Amino acid sequence: MLGKLDWSAIPFDQPIPLIAGAVVLVGILAVLIWVVVKGHLPYLWHEWITSVDHKRIGVMYILLASVMLLRGGSDAIMMRIQQAIAYQSQGYLPPEHYNQIFSAHGTIMIFFVAMPFVIGLMNLIVPLQLGVRDVAFPTLNSVGFWLTATGALLVNLSLVIGEFARTGWLAFPPLSELSYSPGVGVDYYAWSLQISGVGTLVAGINLVTTVLKLRTKGMNYLRMPMFCWTTLASNLLIVAAFPILTATLAMLLLDRYLGFHFFTNEAGGNVMMFMNLIWAWGHPEVYILVLPAFGIFSEVVSTFSGKALFGYRSMVLATMAICVIAFMVWLHHFFTMGAGPDVNAIFGIASMIIAVPTGVKIYNWLFTMYGGRIRFATPMLWAIGFMVTFIIGGLTGVLVAVPPADFMLHNSMFLVAHFHNVIIGGVLFGAFAGFEFWFPKAFGFRLDERWGKLAFWFTFTGFYVTFVPLYVAGMLGMTRRLQHYDVAEWRPWMIVAAVGMAVLSIGVICQIMQIVVSIRNREALRDRTGDPWDGRSLEWATSSPPPVFNFAFHPDVRGEDAYWDMKLSAQQQSLDHTAPEYYDIEMPKNSPTGFVCAFFATIMGFALIWHIWWMVILGGIGAFATFVVFAWRDHDEYVIPAAEVAAIDRVNIEERRNLVSMAGTI
Amino acid sequence: MNLLDPQGPVAAANSTILVDSVFIMLAIVVPTIFAILAFAFWFRASNTKARYQPDFVYSGRVEMVVWAIPALTVILLGGVAWIGSHKLDPAVPVPGTGSPVRIQVVSLDWKWLFIYPDQRIATVNTLTVPAGAELNFQLTSSSVMNVFFIPQLGSMIYTMNGMVTRLNLRADNEGKLQGLAAHFSGDGFPDMMFDVNVVSPLAYPDWVASTAKSAAVLNEDSYKKLMQQGIERGRPTYRLEDPRLFDLIATQHIPPGPGPELISDAGRPHSGGHDAR
Repeated sequence: MLGKLDWSAIPFDQPIPLIAGAVVLVGILAVLIWVVVKGHLPYLWHEWITSVDHKRIGVMYILLASVMLLRGGSDAIMMRIQQAIAYQSQGYLPPEHYNQIFSAHGTIMIFFVAMPFVIGLMNLIVPLQLGVRDVAFPTLNSVGFWLTATGALLVNLSLVIGEFARTGWLAFPPLSELSYSPGVGVDYYAWSLQISGVGTLVAGINLVTTVLKLRTKGMNYLRMPMFCWTTLASNLLIVAAFPILTATLAMLLLDRYLGFHFFTNEAGGNVMMFMNLIWAWGHPEVYILVLPAFGIFSEVVSTFSGKALFGYRSMVLATMAICVIAFMVWLHHFFTMGAGPDVNAIFGIASMIIAVPTGVKIYNWLFTMYGGRIRFATPMLWAIGFMVTFIIGGLTGVLVAVPPADFMLHNSMFLVAHFHNVIIGGVLFGAFAGFEFWFPKAFGFRLDERWGKLAFWFTFTGFYVTFVPLYVAGMLGMTRRLQHYDVAEWRPWMIVAAVGMAVLSIGVICQIMQIVVSIRNREALRDRTGDPWDGRSLEWATSSPPPVFNFAFHPDVRGEDAYWDMKLSAQQQSLDHTAPEYYDIEMPKNSPTGFVCAFFATIMGFALIWHIWWMVILGGIGAFATFVVFAWRDHDEYVIPAAEVAAIDRVNIEERRNLVSMAGTI
Repeated sequence: MNLLDPQGPVAAANSTILVDSVFIMLAIVVPTIFAILAFAFWFRASNTKARYQPDFVYSGRVEMVVWAIPALTVILLGGVAWIGSHKLDPAVPVPGTGSPVRIQVVSLDWKWLFIYPDQRIATVNTLTVPAGAELNFQLTSSSVMNVFFIPQLGSMIYTMNGMVTRLNLRADNEGKLQGLAAHFSGDGFPDMMFDVNVVSPLAYPDWVASTAKSAAVLNEDSYKKLMQQGIERGRPTYRLEDPRLFDLIATQHIPPGPGPELISDAGRPHSGGHDAR
């Protein structure tokens, strides 16, 4: 009746996950009860859960990423403490627990923190920058978000029901095959990623279509803000690479569920094929994450330097070059597998070639600052912190791209330090910069600068104190994923890294304090103009938060930095006082499709993990039925009457007029 | 285990390339970081002396330089990578004094088996080699993937079941080194450290002779016991019965090692693959 599921699945003998799970459960229940008792449920349902508004979906993506950042961060803290104390002892985490933690940490940070964070920011901002009213497929967008949430839910469920994978975040076979990992851990891993992978693919298709097909009047490709370009490149990579991940995991699942032999030791299975396939997805994935961050930094550096982006066309070229070369370097993840010198050298050189457009980007940001008037607001601090940190990560990256050097550094703590250097220094700093930069746009009030700067300095310092010791440990021969060790010379560095982790945690606490303090002081921090940073692109041309239709009229774009030009010409020509004529606007209706679909997907995923076959069928039919019902709908749009549009827009125009007339010099 | 304290020619060449590459890159990285901080500081909004040039958004010369700097660096490093990859190909023998020593390595769950087919001996978790001799390794795995790595001798290499990888090293100085497993392989992974004893070429034959007198014998049966999942705290040595044992493992005539025993779930197949043969 319940497949493999019985009471032994609940880890009563392991207090840590049980207590953590109980706390989270109590937290969720408390929030639910509060929501129901206070009568917020209808609001949540109509305004958020069923919303197909790209801004709301973007915010929900970022919220999901933030919550999962705390989960993945807790894993990181536990790992650093374990390695600090597990010298000539077992530490406090037994191997079966420690191995789950580093596997979950990697999986969560990539798939459920970095991905939703950048997808959330792209969702929130790209339609605004393009001057359009919504994304290409609003309901599909909601489906994509909720499927990602399903994956995150399943990963967290593994904390209290069963176990998570103990194979590392890429679940290499044959270790991940049924023979060596007979538990449900790998199944949790694979099904979470299969379900959220569909969500990501859907998001990718949606954003590619949006950038290619929905642009306002005059917004040709070479007038798009850089963030739109990097969004396009990143989502092209998603569309091309995620199917590889889905196919690879499908093969692994066939091995595990139906006795196939794609990657087994026996019957002609080939583990090297898995290595190749997973990295053929995995390496583009790195650029899927970091390209949007490059876009964010381009916007931030140009805005806070008060200058247009230096070498815009060069930047476009660099972005698209990275997009293409990203697919030609995957083999550098396993130089040590014994391929010949020609193969190794060619992939090593290809990997270095990616450093060229990346270096060009750094120099172009540098020259954007040259001759600027730089304001050191929090987003700009993150951007400068990123430039410095990312260059160092790039150096160590190119170093491991040299095959003979990689022969000594592969799988070492040096490598761990390297990819944290680029992912934290690149993606996470980028996500935080974007968060600080666009928060006022999403919510209509600024974030507290003092707490924001504290958060930056603690995170920046904490990063170096944590990861420089790992570089050193790697140079001392330390390999990754060690639950305990007996080598005395590694110990001090592990202790310093644990201290660094504490500093990083203070950074996270400051970030939380920043949000709390800002919400409390929101009236004082209110942004009435819609343009708190003296922005350059179209998202700042509408109010904060933008009305559901974003723009009453499709903006007319005449060059790069569309909104900057509008501000300049408005100043020069004095203001146009003729009242515009408003039209009715059609917007897509809310739809519970995404939520219901994800509900059934959760049931199906859970049932597949535990081999509860009747429930799999139930979930499958439910999800399909939801899709059919949606496909059968007759009315998918509603009309906002011209009068209402006018009322909303007039307030916006009035505020803006005050801004322009007040601003003598910028 | 300091990578910058090499004890053999391969590690020395690896770490030279490593250090050289870092310095080549530092030559552009340090000025760039300096420029970032300097530009950010000088062009701060409060600095009235800095000239505001909002129209400085394109310069063909600057563009050429910014594409050229990383490109030139990469051309230089690409050369290092190409030459280094060929010179340090793990499959290429490293000449030494005396006759080459052939060692067959099997990564087990969770210990290392070293077979000396020519000497008809085998050891677990201890690798003993003569200083200065050419060392030819053939490597495979009894079960999951792993990586064989002696940091101070250089160049790690994967071990995979049903496949043989090749590695050539040389240890120049007598002494004790540490080797390790560098690819996560399950619960006992941290205990897969092994000792490397580099002995003098004169002492080596004595060690071989004394090991050949070991009471324990390594044959198909004792190997199958050895490959069960578990940690080996001791340093057992064996007489090798059949010098073709490694080939039997690598060609899967001896089936891959079993995974964990399934106690709670006896009804399900023990291993996904056993039914296939």
